[in-house]
Amino acid sequence: MDILNVALPALGEALTLLFQPQQLMFLCAGVLLGLSIGVLPGLGGIAGLSLVLPFMFGMDPVAGLALMVGLIAVIPTSDTFSSVLLGIPGSSASQATVLDGFPLARKGEAGRALAAAFVSSLYGGLFGAMILTCIIFVARPLILAFGLPEMMMITILGMSMVAILAGRVPLKGVIACGLGLLLGTIGSAPAGGSLRMSTYDIPYLVDGFSLVIVGLGIYAIPEVVSLLRQDKPIAGAGKLGRGWLHGLRDWWNNKWLSTKCAAIGVVVGVIPGLGGSVVDWIAYGYAVQSTKDREKFGQGDIRGVIAPESSNNAKEGGGLVPTLIFGIPGSGSMAVFLGGLALLGMSPGPAMIRQDLDITYTIVWSLALANVIGAGLCVLLSNQIAKLTTIRFTLLAPFLFMMIAFAAFQSRQSLGDLVALVGIGLIGILLRRFDFSRPAFLIGFVLSHQAEQFTNMATQIASARFRRSFEAGLDYIVSPITVTILVLTVLSIVIGIRQSKNIRENIETYTGTKRAPFLFMLVVTAYVGVAIVDAATISRFGDKVFPLTVGIATMIACLVLLVRMMRRPETDDAFIDLESGGADAEAPHGLWRTLSWFLGLLILSGLFGLVIALAIFFVTFFRLRARLSWLSAVLYAAAGIGFILFLANVLGRDFPPGLLQEYTNLPWPLR
Amino acid sequence: MNHLSATRRVALSLCAVSALALTAGLPQTAHADLAGETVEFVIPFSESGGSARWANFFAPLLSEALDGNPTTVVVYRPGAGSTAGANWFQENQGDNDGTLIFGTSGSTQFPYLLRDPRVRYEYRDWIPVLASGTGGVVYLPADLGARFDGDMDDLQDEFFIFGSQGATTLDLVPLLAFRMLGLQVEPVFGIEGRGDGRLMFERGEANIDYQTSSAYIASVQPLVDQGLAVPVMSWGILDDDGNIVRDPTFPDIPTFAEICEATAGCETEGTAWEAWRAFFVSGFAAQKLVYLPGGTAPEVVALYEEALAEILARPDFDEISAAELGVYPQMIGEAAVVAHEAAITVSDEARQFVLDWLREDYGVTLE
Repeated sequence: MDILNVALPALGEALTLLFQPQQLMFLCAGVLLGLSIGVLPGLGGIAGLSLVLPFMFGMDPVAGLALMVGLIAVIPTSDTFSSVLLGIPGSSASQATVLDGFPLARKGEAGRALAAAFVSSLYGGLFGAMILTCIIFVARPLILAFGLPEMMMITILGMSMVAILAGRVPLKGVIACGLGLLLGTIGSAPAGGSLRMSTYDIPYLVDGFSLVIVGLGIYAIPEVVSLLRQDKPIAGAGKLGRGWLHGLRDWWNNKWLSTKCAAIGVVVGVIPGLGGSVVDWIAYGYAVQSTKDREKFGQGDIRGVIAPESSNNAKEGGGLVPTLIFGIPGSGSMAVFLGGLALLGMSPGPAMIRQDLDITYTIVWSLALANVIGAGLCVLLSNQIAKLTTIRFTLLAPFLFMMIAFAAFQSRQSLGDLVALVGIGLIGILLRRFDFSRPAFLIGFVLSHQAEQFTNMATQIASARFRRSFEAGLDYIVSPITVTILVLTVLSIVIGIRQSKNIRENIETYTGTKRAPFLFMLVVTAYVGVAIVDAATISRFGDKVFPLTVGIATMIACLVLLVRMMRRPETDDAFIDLESGGADAEAPHGLWRTLSWFLGLLILSGLFGLVIALAIFFVTFFRLRARLSWLSAVLYAAAGIGFILFLANVLGRDFPPGLLQEYTNLPWPLR
Repeated sequence: MNHLSATRRVALSLCAVSALALTAGLPQTAHADLAGETVEFVIPFSESGGSARWANFFAPLLSEALDGNPTTVVVYRPGAGSTAGANWFQENQGDNDGTLIFGTSGSTQFPYLLRDPRVRYEYRDWIPVLASGTGGVVYLPADLGARFDGDMDDLQDEFFIFGSQGATTLDLVPLLAFRMLGLQVEPVFGIEGRGDGRLMFERGEANIDYQTSSAYIASVQPLVDQGLAVPVMSWGILDDDGNIVRDPTFPDIPTFAEICEATAGCETEGTAWEAWRAFFVSGFAAQKLVYLPGGTAPEVVALYEEALAEILARPDFDEISAAELGVYPQMIGEAAVVAHEAAITVSDEARQFVLDWLREDYGVTLE
C-alpha cells in the first residue's frame, strides 16, 4: 500500500525535521506574530504574511515554512477576540462569529464565547491538518474533476446561503445581495477590461473595492458608531459572567456540529478561489439550518460561535491542498503564502508532493502544532482580554477608529481607501438601520467577482463545445458533481427561506413613519437604475451581461418592495427603522453627529496626513465627547499614537498622507 | 482604562518578541556610499508571481555588491495590471540618491506600447540599468500533439480553447502567434494567472496552452514526461544581431519563427510579423527591467552598473540564476539601454495593426 510505504515514513521524517530547537523557535515566533496580528481588528493573514516575506529569501525551507504556517494557522484563532469583544471581525474569516459572539459579550458572557471559540478553533485546525494529510495522497484526481462549471455551481451554492441570512423580509435580502454583487462589479471588468461605474479620471475606482474595506465598512463602522452613541460599556452588566469552563462544556455538547462545520471548512478551503471570507457564513448557515431550536441565533447562541470558528481554522488545512498540489492559491493569504514558498526555492505542485513529501508534511505538523500552541495561549489570555468589554466604550472607540483607518489604508495605500471606508460605512449604517441583511450584502460582494468569472468562462467553453457537438457540450455541463451541487443549492434555498425568519441580526425591531425607509429605497432603486444604464452602454458583451442581469434582477426586487411599501401600513416589516425605537432611538447621541466625528478624522487626514489628524482627533474627542481632563486626554492620545507608530514601524508601513505632505517634506511617520 | 493598556502591553510585547526573533541574525555591516541606507526595490506586482521571485533574487545580491552594502528591501505596489505602481514611480522619483529602484515587466511595457489611458508614466524619463529576458513554450495535449509534424497545416480545422488572462496582457504574444498560424483558437478570458491556464489544460477544458520558461520546467515538463502534453514551439531568444534563434533552455523545441515559415499562410515578414516581434521583445526577450529615477546622478548610476557587473561576474551566477530565472541573458550597461529601447518601441503601423486586431477579434478597445 502506497500510504504505508511512502506516507508514514515521510510523516515521521517530517516530524524529526520539525522537532529541532531552531525550527520550533521559528514556529513559535510565527504563532506569536499570528496571534498579535489576529487580535488587531481588520488585519489578517495577508498583512501577517507580507510582514515576514522579506525575511524568507535564503531561509532554511523547514524554518521558513514553520514560520509562515505558524502564522496563518493561528490568525483565525485570535481574530475571535475582536469579533466577540468589539463586534468587529478580526479578519475576514470570522465575520459570522460577530453575529452571535458579540451579543454574548454584551450579555456579559464573553469568557464563555471565547473559550468555546478557541476550543472549536483548535479542533477545527487539527481536523484540517488531519484531512490535509490524507488528501495530499488522494485528492489529485478529485481536484482535477472540479472544472469551471463545478466552480460556478459552488459559487452559486455559496450565494444560496443568502436565503437563510436574508432576514425578516426575504425580498430585502435579495436586494442587499444584489447591491453587494453590483458593488463587486465596479471597476474594470475582469475579462475585457471595460469600465463599469468608474472612469479613468478616478483611478481608485478602476481596481474596484477591496474586501478589507467593504468588510470594515459594512460591519465595523455601523457597530462602532452605534455603540458610541450609547456611551456604555459593551457588556451592559460590566461583569464577565460564566467563564471558560462553561465554554468548554458548550463545545463538548456540540462536538458533532463542530465536526461537521470543520468538514465544511475543509471542503470550502479546498475549492480554489472560494477562500476564507465565505466559509464562516456557510458554516453559520449550516448550523442554523441543521438545528431545531433556532430562535436564539443572532442573539447570542453559542452554536453561532462554535460553527464559524470550527470551520475557519479547518479551512487553512483545506486551503493548503490546492496551494500545495497545484500552486493555485485558495485565498488571498494563500497567494502570499505561495509567494513565500517561491522565495524559499520551492515550487508547489505535483512534483513537490512526489519528491519532497517530507518537507510537504512538515507543513501538516506545523499546522497542527501551531493550532495547539495558539489555542492554548488564547485560552490563557482570554479572561484578561475579555475585561475589555467592561470599559466605557467612548474611551475605546477612538482607538478603534484609528485601527480601522490604518487597516483600511493598507489595502491600496491611498487616501481613497479612507474615503471608500467612510462611504461604505455609511451604506452599512443605513443597511443596519433599515434592517437589510448585511451578511447577504457581503456574500454578494465576495462572490461577485467569481460568479461573473466562472459563469463567463464556463459559458465560453460550453458554447464552443456545443458548436462541435451537442453531446460534448452536455457532457461538459452535466457532471455528477454539478448535479449534486445543484440539488444542494435548491435544498439550501428552500430550507433557507423557510428558516430565515429565525435568524435575526437585530433582536427587536421598530417601525416608524414611512418616510425614511421609503426614501432609502428610492435612492437604492435610483442607484440600481444608473448601474443598469451604465452596464447597457458597455460595448463588449462579456463585460456587460453580468452587471446587467444582476441589475435587472435587483431592480425587479426593488420595484416589488416599493409597491409593497405603498400598499402596506407603516407597521409592516418593510418599514423597519431602528431609529424609531429601542436602543438606537434612546441613545444619548445622534447618529449623524457621531458619524461626523469619523468624517472629521477623514477630513483632517486629507489635510494633514493621518498621524497629525489622529493627534488632533484624539485630544478633541477625549476632551469634548468623553469629557476627560486635558491631561488625561493628552495622555490617552499619546498612548494611541505611540501604539500605532510602533505597529507601523514593525510592519514597515506608511501612513495616509494629506495635502500638507504634498508641499512639505516631513520625516517618517509624518511623511 | 488600565485593562486596555494591559492588553496593549501584551500585544506590544508579543509583537516585540516576534520582531526580535525575526531580526536577530541579520548582518549589520557599513561603509562608504550607500552605507547605512535602505534601498527600496519597488515592483508594481504582488508577492506571488514571477516578478516577485526575480526581484527577491536580485535584492540580496545587490545588497552585497553595492558599495556600502545597503539593506535592500523589495516593496510591492500592485494594482491596475501594474500600471498603478508605474504611475506611482513616475510621480515619486525619490531623492535621486540611489535608494529607490523600480522593476518593470512585460505587463508594464504592453499598456505603454498600446497607449492604454491608464498609463501616466514615461519610460524615457527613467534610466535602465538591467534587462532580464525569459522565454515561453506552447504545448498541446497528447492526441493533438500526435497530429503535429513541424507545421500547423494539419491542425487548421481543429477548435482550440485557450485560457487567457486578457488580450492586452502577455497573452497578446501567443494569441497573435495563433492567429498568424491560422489556428482557430477561442480564448477564454479572465483567468487570474498562467497557472490557472495550465490547470484548465490539465482538466481538459483547454487544449492549447503556453507557460513561461520557469513555469514550464516546473509544471509542464512532468506532464510531457508522462505523455500528457507535447511541446510544439518556443518563442526563441534574440541573438546579438537581433535575430530570433532557438532558446538555449529548450534547444530541441523549434521556435515560432520556424513553425511559421513551415506553415502555409504564415509569413515572417510584413506588418503582422513586425507587430509580433515588437511585442515578443517587450514581453519576453527584454521582459524585466530595473530602472533608476531620471534625475539620478551619473556617479550613482555608475555605482549600480558596477554592482550589477559584479553580480553577473560571480563565478556561481550561472548556477544560482539557472535555478531561479532559467538560462537567459541578463543585459547591463549599453546592452541594457539597447534592450530597454527595443522593449518600449513599436512602429505606429504595428501598433495600429494590433489595436485593430484586438477590436475586431475580441471587442477590446483601449479608450
